[in-house]
Amino acid sequence: MKAGASPRSVVAMLTNSLDVAVAQHRPTPEAPGGDPVIAIRALRKRYGRHEAVRGIDLEVRRGEIFAFLGPNGAGKTTTVEILEGFRRASDGQVEVLEADPWHAPAGWRERIGIVLQESEAEPGLTVWECLDLYAGYYQAPRDVDETIALVGLSEQTDERATSLSGGQRRRLDVALALIGDPELIFLDEPTTGFDPSARRAAWEVIAGLRELGKTVFLTTHYMEEAERLADRIAIIAAGEIVAEGTPETLGGRQVAGARITFSLPGGCALTELPTCVAARVEQEAGGKVALAGANVTADLHVLAGWALERGLELDELEVRRPTLEDVYLELTTNDQRS
Amino acid sequence: MFLLIKYLTRLWRERHHGTDGEISVKPGSGRSRARRAAVGPSAASRGPVAVLAHQVRYDIRASLRNPRARFFTFFFPLFLLVVFTGVFGHGTTTIDGDHVRLSRFYVPGILAMSIVVASYANLVISIATLRESGVLKRRRATPVAPGLLIVSQALATVVIVAVMTTLLLVVGKVAYGVGMAPGAIAAIACTAFVGTLAFACLGYAVSGLIGSPEAAQPVVQATTLPLWFFSGVFIPTTNLSGTLRTVGKLFPVEHLAASLQLASVHTSFTGAISVSDLLALAAWGVAAGAFAAWRFSWLPSVQGAGA
Repeated sequence: MKAGASPRSVVAMLTNSLDVAVAQHRPTPEAPGGDPVIAIRALRKRYGRHEAVRGIDLEVRRGEIFAFLGPNGAGKTTTVEILEGFRRASDGQVEVLEADPWHAPAGWRERIGIVLQESEAEPGLTVWECLDLYAGYYQAPRDVDETIALVGLSEQTDERATSLSGGQRRRLDVALALIGDPELIFLDEPTTGFDPSARRAAWEVIAGLRELGKTVFLTTHYMEEAERLADRIAIIAAGEIVAEGTPETLGGRQVAGARITFSLPGGCALTELPTCVAARVEQEAGGKVALAGANVTADLHVLAGWALERGLELDELEVRRPTLEDVYLELTTNDQRS
Repeated sequence: MFLLIKYLTRLWRERHHGTDGEISVKPGSGRSRARRAAVGPSAASRGPVAVLAHQVRYDIRASLRNPRARFFTFFFPLFLLVVFTGVFGHGTTTIDGDHVRLSRFYVPGILAMSIVVASYANLVISIATLRESGVLKRRRATPVAPGLLIVSQALATVVIVAVMTTLLLVVGKVAYGVGMAPGAIAAIACTAFVGTLAFACLGYAVSGLIGSPEAAQPVVQATTLPLWFFSGVFIPTTNLSGTLRTVGKLFPVEHLAASLQLASVHTSFTGAISVSDLLALAAWGVAAGAFAAWRFSWLPSVQGAGA
């Protein structure tokens, strides 16, 4: 991100310029929980004998940022391309903005914006010309200069699009998806290959889309990205949805057993631990002991009492709940093995 | 000739300029003033004709800013014209039974080549590149009608060919004294138009067969280079064996070149137009267009395999 277009200023631009847009586009200004913008029921997609998508159900509501996660080859891109109207479903029902994307009526594409996973800039044209070209495709496009400012490319307005850096080019992609002033935006792995600062800047832009009242369907490889941005997350593996929920509750994360780890005090044997704990501990590398599926409050109480009684110190004591990444890896690797 | 020199100096200047980076255009310069004037209702809200005009304008602009297209469309044919007429220009040949100087053969011959390069070669390469880099898919994701994008590209090519044809005819007249009667020029315009559309269709058809932009250039060379030799572009067909002449006639380049060369020896429109050659070109165009419609894809081929 160049000086003069810091993330903060982008946010300021987003929020300032778009109060009007919010009013226009969200008659019901309360956030997530609006009418369904995307509704998928029992969707299947076969390529010859291979079934890439094996009966999935999804619902995305107006105004939410929905993250769709999954390893490569899990059916993620196929699903997104069906939603975008580039591929035809083999079976099941798909509704995007009250229409079947494959037989979408004229005007349907006026209401969606797409940031493709891989698309290069229009060759030979400047940033401004790219946006002006695309603005010409829509009945009521946004203002070109304002949209350029929105994604923080004002300083590059007259530069050839092909000469932009990777991060800038991605922001141009977002601008091109926004120029038609869509209700629903698809972002397919928008920050793949970004350095950390470019990623953070991109997140600001995406978070800003929420302020505009847009519904965002995001696919990503990065857990942190989904956790930061998404209101809801679904994980697909081997063509099936294996988990769905908010970043906090995904995969039963909020109730999933926490793990208590500590170093066994010197000279102590495992058998000396209180009996209710000793049965459940496992020895870890480096003389550490782990207690999985812990009932945190009770177990800690027992352990602490035991240690105090003997005047011992429980070094490296740690209580940890599974991160989103743990949940994701567990769900997706299990599924691929089967 | 001075046009050629002018073009070379401009090319050199731009090359020189390019190394300093393209940041020379600053806000407030001529271009940004021009663009402020463009603010108004969108092209789409003014109807399909406005969108078409909008797209043609940008297609021409992008094409003129492409150094490869510029070189092969404008510079290369002029260069070949200079070389061929310089080396062989004083020899003679026969066109449609008339004895003429070879320069009268080369001006329309090279014109045929430049039409094929501007339409067929240019489209094969640029469509393959645009498709594989995802640009076509992104355009397809907008409300613009796909047919409109294709028609626009064909029209942009027609405009570029018109400029190129004028340039070649002027150079032919000024530098080599190859003048054409108004009727013959009208026939050239007519033939060039049909030829451009036919070769544009061929470009769309062949681009659909190419899996990567890197393959486009060799495919273009392999499909055009041999034809220059036995289609009456580099060598008069009267110098060729009967077999080669027959082979040449099987391909569309010969029909375009032969038909344009009629304008060198006839002064009337009817004399300088060849209906049979135009029909052959049109047949190629229709067949290629049908194939392209069946085979054409907006999605990159890697993704087309399914993911």
